[in-house]
Amino acid sequence: MIGIITYGAGNIFSLTAALERLGIPYGMINKEQDFEQFDRYIIPGVGHAGAAMNKLEQTGLVPKIKSLTKPVLGICVGMQLLTSYSEEGDSKLLGLFPINTLKFAANPDHKVPHTGWNQVSPEKENALFENIPNGSHFYFVHSYFIEYNIDYTLSSTTYGNKFSASIMRDNFYGVQFHPEKSGAYGETLLKNFSKI
Amino acid sequence: MNTITQTLRSPFRGPGGLTKRIIPCLDVKDGRTVKGVNFVDLRDAGDPVELAWNYSQQGADELVFLDITATVERRKTMVELVKAVARQINIPFTIGGGINEIADADALLNAGADKISINSAAVRNPALIDELAKAFGVQFVVIAVDTRLIDGKNIVHLNGGRLPTEKETLDWILEAESRGAGEILLTSMDHDGTKAGFDNYLLKQVNNAVNIPVIASGGAGSVQHFVDVFEQSNVDAALAASVFHYGEILIPDLKRVLKQHNIEVREV
Repeated sequence: MIGIITYGAGNIFSLTAALERLGIPYGMINKEQDFEQFDRYIIPGVGHAGAAMNKLEQTGLVPKIKSLTKPVLGICVGMQLLTSYSEEGDSKLLGLFPINTLKFAANPDHKVPHTGWNQVSPEKENALFENIPNGSHFYFVHSYFIEYNIDYTLSSTTYGNKFSASIMRDNFYGVQFHPEKSGAYGETLLKNFSKI
Repeated sequence: MNTITQTLRSPFRGPGGLTKRIIPCLDVKDGRTVKGVNFVDLRDAGDPVELAWNYSQQGADELVFLDITATVERRKTMVELVKAVARQINIPFTIGGGINEIADADALLNAGADKISINSAAVRNPALIDELAKAFGVQFVVIAVDTRLIDGKNIVHLNGGRLPTEKETLDWILEAESRGAGEILLTSMDHDGTKAGFDNYLLKQVNNAVNIPVIASGGAGSVQHFVDVFEQSNVDAALAASVFHYGEILIPDLKRVLKQHNIEVREV
């Protein structure tokens, strides 16, 4: 069963709706004792990374999150929180990945936010992308991106520059796109995570 | 290196694989679709959720629901609609119509809307854009602009194009962008309903002037019109209603033709 870490950063209705459609059981995590009931976790998040980090710190769950050994999936800003630093609000983040979250440079060819369906190409083989063809489209909406890193980038997308569409380190995973809004392949990815 | 730069900068491609989006628009009143819908295999053509599901299966990239409910209960009916859509649909959607304050937007966000579209309320109170962007992020705030030519100038109109304002369209769009609009939905009232094609000239002007995504609306009558709008204006998305509702254009056919023209699209 998936535990969704709730810390007040953004709406999770669409995520829980997707899990319900897929028959994936889930529950909410509000305090440290809740973690035990679940065998994997999702950190959701939209909006401002610095603001999201502040909210997460206020829950007091940060040390527990850092110590988790079961699979963890950060989505969008929830993924960015796993990195060391974001240019958004000049914010220090969880540091579970020693890489940075940077701002896209806006120009007429590369509008910001990066909004819409873009292709995702696996950089490594991983169960998270099982049954998802190379180059499948996922739905993105973000103004900041996680830099490409040969050690941690699990799949990449190009928008002006190549960036991390997803990252992985040990039991920690992150996806920049919104699987709950990414059609059939997004649903496949959520199913894959529920079985990792 | 030059080849790579050229490929990335080619006006006919979404940069680096970002696709052009096709967006059916559904008019909704009291929780039911109002524009005639002539679709095969629909149990209930008035049910916006069933229609939305059908479009998502066909390969629509996104959906827009315009709520024209006029009752005092409107916020409640909108929230119920948004929840019903979010439960069933696995692509992003925008809701517009009568959103006047932060509380309206907050209720729709929590019900699962990905974006809200604001039109008159933003023209009457431009600071609303700043407030919405600050509260929910720019990605949540679509500014819808209805424009019509008056004496050779593009002028912002309200009330479905009936009420001219003082604002010139490009000026207003630039102001909206600077205040925190995340996307522009531009409807040419001169083209809307004509089925004679999008206002590619104005769309190109606007698209070149802003650094946020632009959705073209008004005038779609044929597949070629979609090819034209992407090739000539390079907008990010194109929206239409009746050509999709009446089955005059099927989304898989449309995307096949766009792809033949080397316009990047998502196929399902």
